[in-house]
Amino acid sequence: MAKRIEVSGLHAYYGGTHAIEDISMTIEPRSVTAFIGPSGCGKSTFLRTLNRMHEVIPGARVEGKVMLDDEDLYDSSVDPVAVRRVVGMVFQRPNPFPTMSIYDNVAAGLKLNGVRGKRRLDEIVEESLRGANLWNEVKDRLGKPGAGLSGGQQQRLCIARAIAVQPQVLLMDEPCSALDPISTLAIEDLIGKLKSQYTIVIVTHNMQQAARVSDRTAFFNIAGTGKPGKLIEIDDTSKIFTNPEQKGTEDYITGRFG
Amino acid sequence: MTSETPAALAKAAERPRPALSMSTGRAGDRIFAGLSRGSGLVILAIMAAIAVFLVWKAIPALQDDKANFLTSQEWNPDGAPAKFGIAQLVFGTLMTSVLALVMAVPVAVGIALFITYYAPRRLAGVMAYLVDLLAAVPSIVYGLWGLNFLVTKMTGVSGFLNSYFGWIPLFGGSETGGRTILTAAIVLAIMILPIISAITREVFVQVPHAHVEAALALGATRWEMIRMSVLPFGRSGMVSAAMLGLGRALGETIAVAMVLSTTAGIDWHILKDGGNTFAANIANTFAMSGPTGRSALIASGLVLFVITLLVNVGARAVVARRKEFS
Ligand SMILES: Nc1ncnc2c1ncn2[C@@H]1O[C@H](COP(=O)(O)OP(=O)(O)OP(=O)(O)O)[C@@H](O)[C@H]1O
Ligand SMILES: [Mg+2]
Repeated sequence: MAKRIEVSGLHAYYGGTHAIEDISMTIEPRSVTAFIGPSGCGKSTFLRTLNRMHEVIPGARVEGKVMLDDEDLYDSSVDPVAVRRVVGMVFQRPNPFPTMSIYDNVAAGLKLNGVRGKRRLDEIVEESLRGANLWNEVKDRLGKPGAGLSGGQQQRLCIARAIAVQPQVLLMDEPCSALDPISTLAIEDLIGKLKSQYTIVIVTHNMQQAARVSDRTAFFNIAGTGKPGKLIEIDDTSKIFTNPEQKGTEDYITGRFG
Repeated sequence: MTSETPAALAKAAERPRPALSMSTGRAGDRIFAGLSRGSGLVILAIMAAIAVFLVWKAIPALQDDKANFLTSQEWNPDGAPAKFGIAQLVFGTLMTSVLALVMAVPVAVGIALFITYYAPRRLAGVMAYLVDLLAAVPSIVYGLWGLNFLVTKMTGVSGFLNSYFGWIPLFGGSETGGRTILTAAIVLAIMILPIISAITREVFVQVPHAHVEAALALGATRWEMIRMSVLPFGRSGMVSAAMLGLGRALGETIAVAMVLSTTAGIDWHILKDGGNTFAANIANTFAMSGPTGRSALIASGLVLFVITLLVNVGARAVVARRKEFS
């Protein structure tokens, strides 16, 4: 189910602004890859090119190749809607559908995929909520609005919504940045559990988090304001945090920055 | 610089601090609160004054009425025994307005969606402008257009609808014409289209980006995204827009008065010449009415006033019921 992502020569633009430059990397299936780097270096931008969400922004475009196993996501015959159904995404701010109940939030993607039948939906909703470690907290109020949950619960609801459609890749953009330490821990545990089934990419500003949850870490940097962001290096997380190849990486993770 | 800092701090510490009790009583706040409370009260007072005026002027005719004011379909207040009732006016007013709403809302929402989510930016601007322009056309112009153009065209359309869709009760009957409830409803629909479309557009533009992206990231097509994120978010806005449109349609006078060939009596066949509304009835008959007639017309105006109030209260209830989910 999980797939390998191979990016080569990828550039992304916002109108005339060159946001990220010439990125190539391989993201292994059934593993967690963390993206770290200073603010504005293009981590979110790059992440959003992996499920074709970048082009949703007016004027934004992408050049280069993203292979998901043997399919190029940017081939002209590929439908971005179909890409997003196999590459799921969790955003920095929890964004459950405010007018939908907890149940309907989780079922939303299933309905898009044509899953019908109350029994089948019930089953998958429960399975996904259990998968997101949220079932016990919400099982008695599935009909209540998703917006009524706490921030941490909302984020786990969003994760349940994303995994309900069984994507092959799960992208997470700073999923814990709005959460307390306990919810953060719950989500980190969850990531550890999910990686046996999914290819997971997580953007984080928290080095400890990157060290705790990821197998591989990619460090991005930016030469100066107005310059495009670049991939500096990607390697096993233990290597990046103990003995990185690049001086810039070492400076960043040890806090000697700039 | 550094030597100045302690001095600056000391100075700041000496600055007089406002007493806690003063913090709510600033003059500006008080004036503003007074002004807004005052305007609120003025609006209530105006509403009450209108109601009192209408009731006051309506009482004489109501006392003279020899028919049942609520159920009679006759309108003859200046007759020897004065006989008049509003049943037909209620029917005609609601029928034209509701039909207008049924036609206008889907089109207006479609236009708003097209402008906000489908059209290329430049075309969107032009379209939005044109729709707003429709709102600036005076209703007498709609009336003239309705009477001189639409009525002639609608004669044929009515005949067509009657022969092919006559099995639908509203389109049935043996006579068809151009100066019908349907024609009036179409004119009204065009008149209320801009306001409904402008308000829904405003609401659609405000849909938070996060909700739009949540749907797209799940693999929703644009239309699925609209159904998952945009329409639920815009629901209460659409209801308010529709109600504003309905309010305008209920009270529209001159265009309807010109288009309808007013006849007495309730007739469900909307393809037949005839029908009448509160506002059209007042406009058409006020000038030639005697004292009782005028008083009777004012009584009918009072009923229209109550209907519009009820429509608005209903709209609020609909909006409030969705609160839990937004
Ligand atoms: N919607 C947008 N329109 C124009 N420019 C944008 C947009 N979003 C991001 N950018 C620009 O692209 C560059 C990369 O931004 P991006 O959000 O990818 O950085 P990031 O690494 O995710 O930063 P952070 O860690 O703060 O989230 C920045 O210079 C930013 O100003
Ligand atoms: Mg970011």
